[in-house]
Amino acid sequence: MFAAHPGRLELNAQEEIMMQIFSSVLSVLMMVLVLGCSSKGGVNEEGEGGDEASAQDGGRGAKAGKYSYGRGKNGIGGAGGPGSPAAQRVIYFGYDSDDVLPEYQSVVTGNAEYLSNHPDASAVLEGHADERGSSEYNIALGERRALSVARNLRLQGVGDRQLQILSYGEEKPATSGHEEATWQRNRRVEITYQGR
Amino acid sequence: MKIRSFLRLCWFIGGLLLMGSFPVHAELMVDITQGGDGAMPIAVLPFSALGVPSGSLSPVIASDLEGSGKFVVMPASRFPEQPFMPAHPDFSLWQQQGQEHVVIGRIVQGSQSDTLYAEFVLYDVIQGREVLSERVPFKLNETRHAGHRIADLIYKALTGERGVFNTRVAYVSASGDGNDREYRLLVADTDGEDPKVVMTSPEPIMSPTWSPDGKKIAYVSFEDHAAAVFVQNLGSGERQKVSSHSGINGAPSWSPDGTQLALTLSKDGSPDIYILGIVSGSLRRVTKDDSIETEASWSPDGLSLVLTSDRGGKPQLYVVSAQGGEPRRLTYDGAYNARGVFSPDGRKIAMVHGGDGGYRIGLMDAEGGDIKLLTAGRLDESPAFAPNGQFILYSRKDSGHDPLAMVSIDGKFKKNIKIKGGDVRGASWSP
Repeated sequence: MFAAHPGRLELNAQEEIMMQIFSSVLSVLMMVLVLGCSSKGGVNEEGEGGDEASAQDGGRGAKAGKYSYGRGKNGIGGAGGPGSPAAQRVIYFGYDSDDVLPEYQSVVTGNAEYLSNHPDASAVLEGHADERGSSEYNIALGERRALSVARNLRLQGVGDRQLQILSYGEEKPATSGHEEATWQRNRRVEITYQGR
Repeated sequence: MKIRSFLRLCWFIGGLLLMGSFPVHAELMVDITQGGDGAMPIAVLPFSALGVPSGSLSPVIASDLEGSGKFVVMPASRFPEQPFMPAHPDFSLWQQQGQEHVVIGRIVQGSQSDTLYAEFVLYDVIQGREVLSERVPFKLNETRHAGHRIADLIYKALTGERGVFNTRVAYVSASGDGNDREYRLLVADTDGEDPKVVMTSPEPIMSPTWSPDGKKIAYVSFEDHAAAVFVQNLGSGERQKVSSHSGINGAPSWSPDGTQLALTLSKDGSPDIYILGIVSGSLRRVTKDDSIETEASWSPDGLSLVLTSDRGGKPQLYVVSAQGGEPRRLTYDGAYNARGVFSPDGRKIAMVHGGDGGYRIGLMDAEGGDIKLLTAGRLDESPAFAPNGQFILYSRKDSGHDPLAMVSIDGKFKKNIKIKGGDVRGASWSP
């Protein structure tokens, strides 16, 4: 609390004179500066500055967090390549459902045949959800879809060891947008073959 | 004139010039979409420095106060006078303008050359008295935070509640498509300013949540092409992988004492709730069911957890003792209730409520009952309470909107938070 005696700059007489001079120069400079800023379009200027600052401050985090990977998401190479029965690798689902719809049974069967005939091949079943609803519930839903496809593949003779389950929930949409046509394409399981 | 004094002076003046170049347009950042009731009129005069108005502090304070929905800030163009401290405002002049409170302040140099002080007085111009006078020390590069601290003091003095302008939000932003997609975990001021990157990854980052001491963030990262839960220290940047079982490792929630994390794991079959001792590494299972159990969130007393379960066919909220036992269903209103979170006083639960019109933020008593909808968007999700319990932060996925917004718990006041670039996934408010 300082109200009775507000704090003041501690200056000697010499500094006081300098200060007065600086003060008037300062007023002019600040006016120039303010005018300058507004004429340059303050918002963009500031936006770029902000990015720069965050890039700098993020250096530490980025160091901890920048990752490179040996395999890309679709590093499927020749396994089950185009022309093979496993060329189709995406199964789509209904809202909040993990049922493999009849129209996608042939896709599952094609991949089941490939995997049964190639016991050394293995695949990751990536489960996905549309963006609606909470993200962690959608992770659970994506896993349920991947498990549903896994069960279906196993029934057709695919070995347990050939399959891995991974749910990305709504985090990796196949396409962006906020309407049913988009959501339909995002409720899916992608079968991703591992190299070799 | 001694060289040291001269340098000090140059430094001070240079600093003020820098401050002058701070965003004077900060008040433009506040994008109030729906006003609250009974907002108090207040005028925040430009803080003076060396007898000239400085553009640095008052816009931040004005923007914070206006952005709380509890105040209507008088535009500078309507100021009837512009006195500088230590002069008093002419109370009758401000009364005539319909004002109730006036803030007047100045910036002075401290005895340490890198410290400045913001001195201010809050006047009640109706009663013609001083409500509050304070001196806030700050460093030049912390000017915005000094403004937030002053706004907190004014807010507390006039509303009786804790101000939350000097707190932060954490969120994940995703941009780009396919192989160019990048996920960033950021923390920013609650007005969206001063964003700082905590980590980036080409693989998804999810569900950031602040530790109760505000020093760490727990989050889910898919950087190893599998889900894992990490705890990262914000000060040092050090991070620790605390959970990487096969299957889902998700939905981290800190116990109120900061020693445990509630998690969702599917290592034993379907997703269930577990409690992990962060230091001990001990793991205790809380729920056991073939259905989905996820999104556990602690009650403030640490005794129970609210969670999402579809054991009844559709996702609904349940509450379970942190010791385990049978979950008790809380929500019966609607076909979709998920992501429940307790208010800081433990008396309310906010959630995502799905209905015909879309997904909205709902609020109900912690014991269950009717759900009051606070928002009206199509895809409003990820509710997080402000530490004073007065506001709920949430994400808006629908196009044509800013991705983050906040709403007062009575639903009457709404505000967008400006975030640059990408869509925003998940948000958490610091303690």
